[in-house]
Amino acid sequence: MRLSVLDKAHSLRTKAVFAAIRIFSGHPVVDAVKLVSYRPDFYGEPMKRLTHEAMRGPSAWSVGDRELMAAVISAANGTGFCVKAHSAVAVRAYGDSHKVSATLADLEAAPLSSALRATLRMLDKLTREHEVSVDDMRTLLAEGVSREQIQDALAVCLAFNITDRLADAFSFAIPGPAAFEAGAKFLLTRGYR
Amino acid sequence: MTDILEAHASLVARILDGEGWAPRSQRKAAYDNAGLKEPLDAFVDKIATHCSDITDGDFNGLRAAGLTEDQVFEIAVCSAVGQAARQYQRALRALEAAAQEDR
Repeated sequence: MRLSVLDKAHSLRTKAVFAAIRIFSGHPVVDAVKLVSYRPDFYGEPMKRLTHEAMRGPSAWSVGDRELMAAVISAANGTGFCVKAHSAVAVRAYGDSHKVSATLADLEAAPLSSALRATLRMLDKLTREHEVSVDDMRTLLAEGVSREQIQDALAVCLAFNITDRLADAFSFAIPGPAAFEAGAKFLLTRGYR
Repeated sequence: MTDILEAHASLVARILDGEGWAPRSQRKAAYDNAGLKEPLDAFVDKIATHCSDITDGDFNGLRAAGLTEDQVFEIAVCSAVGQAARQYQRALRALEAAAQEDR
């Protein structure tokens, strides 16, 4: 973590919560949690509300679909921490690790519906190029993706284009697979609040 | 469908208009990625356009320029939220235009 305040300057109450997490989970507190827990009124609390609504609010996309979107967006940004974290949640949500790994390896060959593939393609472009065209959206609508589904996918993209940038800027440490597994279990059960 | 309108507006209002260690004008400039002087200008632009290229040296430069860690934290957040919001709004406008034709 490039800012020591994000590592060490949390309130006493938050430090006690972190100690409890370490004891009960058996894993260190990940940097994503440290970020949203530092001066939470400034960033963490409003950002958690935004992320929870995008990822767990009512949508025609499943939780697994939205977690896969988060992983694909994070891969486009080159944000290793978030790719691993949200791949792990998507695997657990789908109960299908091949679908997730195949998507990250080759979107065009992965076993996905045409609507989800086309949506992931658009999110990848938006993240890499910072914009998409009216033609891109026409293509998506022609694939049968509804306007509401596109708006929901863009909400995921908004949330993870914020989180990824901060993960990269502050240089989130990447823990081992067991910590991501524990995090995925928590996020699937409790969401982002 | 999900409804992030209120949550997004609250986040933006808090980071730009609420209390902070960085001046509001500096937070707004970071959000807009416009109107900042070096070394903040390069730092904010990196977060907005090529965030994976940020290095320890960028942070050391900000400390050497006299910024506190809390100010850097706030400026980084404003930059990230601003760039993501611009991308989001551009995509929504493209969707709106395509959906209008569809009717």
